[in-house]
Amino acid sequence: MEREYTLSVLVENKSGVLAHIAGLFSGRGFNISGLSVGETENPEYSRMTIVVRGDDKILEQIKKQLNRFVDVIKVVDLTNISAVHREIILIKVKATSHKKQEVFQICEVFKGKIVDISHDTLTLEVTGNTAKIEALITLLKPYGIIEIARTGRVSISRGFKKGEK
Amino acid sequence: MKINGAQAVVESLRKENVDVIFGIPGGVIIPLFDVLYDAKDINVIITRHEQGAIHAADGYARSSGKPGVCLVTSGPGATNIVTGLATAYMDSVPIVALTGQVPTSLIGNDAFQEADTTGITRPITKHNFIVRDPDELVPVMKKAFYIATTGRPGPVVVDLPKDILTSEIEFYYPESIKIPGYNVTTKGNPRQIKKVVEAIKKAKRPLIYAGGGIIISNASEELTKFVKKTGIPITLTLMGLGAFPATEPEFIGMLGMHGTKTANYAVDKCDLLIAVGARFDDRVTGKLSMFAPHAKFIHIDIDPASISKNVIIDLPVVGDAKEILKEMTKEIDKLDIDEWRKQIEEWKKEYPLMYEDDDILRPQYIIEKLYELTKGDAIITTEVGQNQMWAAQFYKFTKPRTFITSGGLGTMGFGLPAAIGAQVANPNTLVVDIAGDGSIQMNIQELATITQEALPIKVLILNNGYLGMVRQWQEYFFNRRYSGTDLKKYKHWEDEQFSKDKELPYIPDFVKLAEAYNALGMRIEKKEDVEGAIKEALKRKVAVVMDFIINPEENVTPMVPAGAPLRKMISSKEDAENYLLA
Repeated sequence: MEREYTLSVLVENKSGVLAHIAGLFSGRGFNISGLSVGETENPEYSRMTIVVRGDDKILEQIKKQLNRFVDVIKVVDLTNISAVHREIILIKVKATSHKKQEVFQICEVFKGKIVDISHDTLTLEVTGNTAKIEALITLLKPYGIIEIARTGRVSISRGFKKGEK
Repeated sequence: MKINGAQAVVESLRKENVDVIFGIPGGVIIPLFDVLYDAKDINVIITRHEQGAIHAADGYARSSGKPGVCLVTSGPGATNIVTGLATAYMDSVPIVALTGQVPTSLIGNDAFQEADTTGITRPITKHNFIVRDPDELVPVMKKAFYIATTGRPGPVVVDLPKDILTSEIEFYYPESIKIPGYNVTTKGNPRQIKKVVEAIKKAKRPLIYAGGGIIISNASEELTKFVKKTGIPITLTLMGLGAFPATEPEFIGMLGMHGTKTANYAVDKCDLLIAVGARFDDRVTGKLSMFAPHAKFIHIDIDPASISKNVIIDLPVVGDAKEILKEMTKEIDKLDIDEWRKQIEEWKKEYPLMYEDDDILRPQYIIEKLYELTKGDAIITTEVGQNQMWAAQFYKFTKPRTFITSGGLGTMGFGLPAAIGAQVANPNTLVVDIAGDGSIQMNIQELATITQEALPIKVLILNNGYLGMVRQWQEYFFNRRYSGTDLKKYKHWEDEQFSKDKELPYIPDFVKLAEAYNALGMRIEKKEDVEGAIKEALKRKVAVVMDFIINPEENVTPMVPAGAPLRKMISSKEDAENYLLA
């Protein structure tokens, strides 16, 4: 059955690693729907959050292929364990003066911030899981969305497991 | 000790016991060649094309078990080894390829002979490095050899910018190295091994399917003991040939697209398939859903990613085949599988590999004669296509590392340079390249290397004037439309002195070509001349190119059409038509 999986991948923080991993997905025909990468608590390592679509067999292959890479330190599948998932959206909508109040209210409900305002536009910054972000987009659509910029998902497991540093 | 980068590379090679390098110099790599000029303990073999150098390093590695080292310049030097890296990657061959690079200050500037070597080679190497800091150079060399030779081996590229080679560094070669993201599981899980043994004891129709992993792990002896003790029949992949002696009764031939009927029927009927060091390649399995349809699967492999990649495995064991087989042999005795063995003997009798025994010069006969006359005591390299399959079918390999062939990538032009590497690694062994007239021309320039190094390699060209394997597919499945596969001369010069074409329409004249390279050329057109010619060639201490003019439309049979189940083997155009109609 096809579904979405979230992988947290600890890698060496050096040039070429991102290209290598992106190449694995394109070269083997795996379907990648999100990827974000940033330095970790240890500057020698980066953590990638990779969102992939596929079935269990494909996911198993992806994990094994990632583990084969010398630059990959650790692969954790966050799909079925308790984890926090977040992404950020910057969304610019049409909002002439009499509509501005409504958009402000939506922003407030989503615990977002207005990061830019002009005569007839508003730009919102909202953080949340994918469902929340999608809901925001749906709500703002009627006002006229001018531009969207989204990060990929970043995820982290909840609590503290033995063996973790 | 302070030395320059180039000296440090050579010192590192010494620490890794490297005594031969295959390569070609060029602009940015001169500093390294300059150091090698004085390195009397390192034999530098200069090929005529970088592809020749990397295939030679590959043949050296496969035939000796030691890592092959290849040294080329930046840009075109590096891009010319790409095919060889992919070849070695697919067949898990340990190679360290040192590539020159433009100075770090020029990287990214589209400098002369600049190419993004690490970018290009990333998907076809086990790992690659670019050294940007002189202090990293020696640790990188250590890591490169460690990664190339451990676990599932593979090619590693080390890209060396020119300024790194000329900078001064403190040389200290580490005894061991830790790479956080690189861990190899060699010891099989004892509980899993126990389960495997139990499953084998219960099986009524077990079959061993072993591959190149046996040869890589030097596990032939352990495999042979296991088979002899249990009596389980064994089939080998193309890469596995030589891992178990083909002369033993338990051996039922190669399986897969050009496997024996016995092997393919056995796969079809077995109730337990024990895969060791093999990876369920599509040329082996045929239609995946119909592969060993009655069997439970055991898979022993050092690469976890190979397990359950194509076929879902019931009992996997990750680890080194050598130790695991040893453990398994301890726990098991002769199996009660007489009925199954009887069935296999019947198939063997009924379906031997065959070819027509008439006056026509057929390639299978040539290879049988070669086997007879060498008594199997030779290293055989091959090109790719029909020549490769005939060699696999009709030469009986009894020892590991004696059959050197490009299995995964199927690289035409591999055999001749690989023979160079094999001969360099085994100076006292007979090395024969079994070739086709198509693929030999893809690296024919290496005859110059062979002559320059006085390597007495025998090249046996099965000349049919076609790209024979593709022609065979066209005969069977494309209504004999030989598009792009006819290599014979069919247009005529208008020059008067050339007006009369030679008797043979084949290009080139391999006998003259051999002579041009100061080797011995022979042409054999009749069946009765085969034995004498091979005897003569084997006696001579020079390189010999033997041009056998074989039946042009000879086919490799049996054949499982691509995507068909293994039991659907065809042996003629008529079979193919029936298959296409069904």
